[in-house]
Amino acid sequence: MRHFIIVAVLVAIVTAIVTFGLESAQLLPPVASAEGQQVDRLFGLHIQVIAFLFSLIVVFMVYSIVVFRRKRGDTGDGANIHGNTKLEIAWTVAPLAAVLFFSFLGARQLADITAASPDEMVIEVTAQQFAWRFDYPEYGISSAELNLPQGRQILFKLTATDVIHSFWVPEFRVKQDAVPGKTTTLRVTPTETGQYKIRCAELCGTGHHSMLATVNVMQPADFEAWVAQQTAPQPSATGSELGAQIAQLQGCIGCHSVDGSQRVGPTWLGLYGTQEALEDGSSVLVDEEYLQQSILDPAAQITKGFPNVMPPTYKDSLSQEEVAALVEYIKSLGEE
Amino acid sequence: MRTVLALGIVKGLIAQIIGTALGMGLVIVIRLLGGRPAWEAEPIVVVGALVGAIGLLIGAGVFSDWFKWTRGEETPMRHGPPEGKPAWTRYFGVDYSHKVIGVQYTVTGILLLLVAGSLAMVFRLELAHSGIQFLDAATYNTYMSAHGIVMIASILLGVGGMANYLVPLMIGASDMAFPRLNALGYWVNVPGALLVLAGMVVGGWNTGWTGYPPLSAQAPMGVQLFFLGVYFIGLSSILGAVNLIVTTLRMRAPGMTLFRMPIFVWAMLATSIIQLTATQLIGLSFLMVVVQRLLGMGFFDPSLTNEAIILGSTPGAPVLFQHLFWFYSHPAVYVFVLPGLGIISELLPVFARKPLFGYKWIAMSSMAIALVGFLVWGHHMFVAGIESSLRVPMMFSTMLVAVPTGVKFFSWVATIWQGKLSFPTPMLFVLAAISVFLIGGLSGPPNATVSTDMFLHDTYWVVGHFHATMFGGFVFPFFAAVYYWFPKVTGRKYNETLGKLHFWLMTPGFWLQSLGQMRIGLLGMRRRIVDYDPALGIDTGQLLITIAGFVIAFSVLIMLYNLITSARSQEVAESNPWRSRSPEWQIPSPIPEESYARPVVIVGEPYDYGLPGSVYARMSPVGASGAPE
Repeated sequence: MRHFIIVAVLVAIVTAIVTFGLESAQLLPPVASAEGQQVDRLFGLHIQVIAFLFSLIVVFMVYSIVVFRRKRGDTGDGANIHGNTKLEIAWTVAPLAAVLFFSFLGARQLADITAASPDEMVIEVTAQQFAWRFDYPEYGISSAELNLPQGRQILFKLTATDVIHSFWVPEFRVKQDAVPGKTTTLRVTPTETGQYKIRCAELCGTGHHSMLATVNVMQPADFEAWVAQQTAPQPSATGSELGAQIAQLQGCIGCHSVDGSQRVGPTWLGLYGTQEALEDGSSVLVDEEYLQQSILDPAAQITKGFPNVMPPTYKDSLSQEEVAALVEYIKSLGEE
Repeated sequence: MRTVLALGIVKGLIAQIIGTALGMGLVIVIRLLGGRPAWEAEPIVVVGALVGAIGLLIGAGVFSDWFKWTRGEETPMRHGPPEGKPAWTRYFGVDYSHKVIGVQYTVTGILLLLVAGSLAMVFRLELAHSGIQFLDAATYNTYMSAHGIVMIASILLGVGGMANYLVPLMIGASDMAFPRLNALGYWVNVPGALLVLAGMVVGGWNTGWTGYPPLSAQAPMGVQLFFLGVYFIGLSSILGAVNLIVTTLRMRAPGMTLFRMPIFVWAMLATSIIQLTATQLIGLSFLMVVVQRLLGMGFFDPSLTNEAIILGSTPGAPVLFQHLFWFYSHPAVYVFVLPGLGIISELLPVFARKPLFGYKWIAMSSMAIALVGFLVWGHHMFVAGIESSLRVPMMFSTMLVAVPTGVKFFSWVATIWQGKLSFPTPMLFVLAAISVFLIGGLSGPPNATVSTDMFLHDTYWVVGHFHATMFGGFVFPFFAAVYYWFPKVTGRKYNETLGKLHFWLMTPGFWLQSLGQMRIGLLGMRRRIVDYDPALGIDTGQLLITIAGFVIAFSVLIMLYNLITSARSQEVAESNPWRSRSPEWQIPSPIPEESYARPVVIVGEPYDYGLPGSVYARMSPVGASGAPE
């Protein structure tokens, strides 16, 4: 009995220390959504139970190791105890109740964070290797950056054009896969203004690690201003300016950087006019004709060191004028 | 030289090369007959690999007896090393003794552990700092994917090693029920592992070990050999499971009722039930992708061609693959850990000198984990786009797994409570296993509740969680078992000082690695990325994880050095150095060809330590009836 009293006291002390340690360790990054705040509360509850159970088992083990170690020269056995049915029932039923309780909390929370609010705004998210595109059907806007008003619930409708991706902003906590051939949904209510990053969380190929997009959570007035600016009649862009917009929205920049940094495809900075070494050992002058062919038929000439992962679909999805604008844009990046 | 050329493995490898050439030639001939260009890499390589793998099995002599049977020839069971050959050659060829096959499984498993561990060391070095150091993304993806699947193969082989070596001994049987099937069960792993490794050479693959389509449908060609290799390794699981279940149910020594079996046998029975009934699903799901790539049958292809639309086809479903895949691959986790948990339960009473607390509850908890394990696969898919009506029940069933797992922990603690504990290397590894499995187990429920999993899914938290369950549930107990039975297998003592050094490096190393992985995961580190954002502030954490990983790797090398030098040393082990009650410790070390010269009779409880005069296994007097032929 004396052993049990000591152990009980030790378990209480160690639980307090572990809980304090975990709470002061700042386990989670800042939270920036209403759903995330809920998730954090349940996670915090999990951590408390983990701290207790960890301490319970570890204290019993360490105490046994110290107190019940064999004395030198003692070759005898321990007590011949085979078990205790009441204890076994107790440590079956108590955890059962605990997990049912946690499952109940989890189910209720899932219902909460997936519930629709009447004024939610729909944003369609299209993922492709290795870029994101956001359409705002309410305003007719398309964007390669995700701009969100603070405080309004967003219903994301996600899909993908090629493989499975996953939409995740760590500060929003919740994530959802984007699956080709179907639409999945995720609800997020941003609560903190600031800049965040979408980080693709489902392995999607060679450029998976670099599949990021910027998220700006804005004051509602700033968001309105952005919408107004986007929807205002503008002189339609031409030439390299139009090309830059297409490069954003078509996801070209997911693989081809415009600042010289290394991605899945060759960078466009300083590309035009150079001699490019090809996979088959030959080399080619990067001119308008070469760029056009590489967009329409990526497999035709493959640059050395960049295995071909580019979709062959652009010959269907881009008009002749758009291809020309893209070439113009790449050309402008070549003239340093 | 002659001896080497006559080894089963050498003949098998030669036959594999010939078979591969034949398979490739076959496709080329068919293509030419059909008026197509002779060369198209993928079908030619896939069929070549398949025929080559079968060639290896035939060449090694796995089917030789069965071929003779079809011709009406009888083949008496062969015992001992091949005639006129040195004794060591039997380990490199087809042998029917469960003890030889057990060693073959274990050594192959350790070899694969070294391969997969080395891959991890390479990409851990890359991940030690943000930015791309020396590994490009495609190579990283191949290494990371191969690390996962080769480790899984290694674990399955380790499980097979323990099962084959120990179960017949523990139940007092002369061998497994189907020795020839047992040999086949081991040998199919050889081409399986070779194909997976070959996949790294023919283009690699970028899908992780999970191989989700559509990514795997467009991945480089290496993915096909990965799928085929896994298919063979899975076949081994099924064959081994049939054998083990029959052996356990039919070949126990007189007096050994089910509830008098050593607890490890219960764990293996539960494991085998999972392997027998679930492995088909991963084979099926991978085969469907193989066929989708080769023949264009779009099971998981969400896009439809115009012809298919006219024919009224419905598009393929990428998420269907995940259901099929996880229906095996979650229970597979219990295939990896149940044997290890069985080892913990088996060894604790010996070193605590006290009966296993709640034997029946522990035995039944293994069965409960095995059965509940079939109902939880959806928790890998909480964010995959499945309905809430599926997510919520899967959350409840997943959380239920905590209950039988808890029973094990509480019973272990109660077993050592008021015992007389001693701490040689196997016991140290058992205690480390409990502490590591505790971290793995406790980090599970946050993944099981849907809303918190929406945060944790596909982060390094999950990486930390499952490495802790794998190390606590398999690696640490497996090493405990290796040290514990080393004197029985080799008849030699291992070096206790080196064993303890291994423990003192690996245990803190692993704690740091696993907790570090969880920590950076919470801060935003995603799984399966070659480079991470320095803005996450996890560079220091990553560096520590890499250092810890290298400490673990170094400690494993110490173990290998210890085992190899000790096996060659002259220090002879006693037949029962641990004073165990189990039957295999009542016979000489190393165990003679015929394990039990006199049949074993079970006359008591397996773990009755502390009851004076009690005996578990007794050898019947010479000449008693029921002696093996």
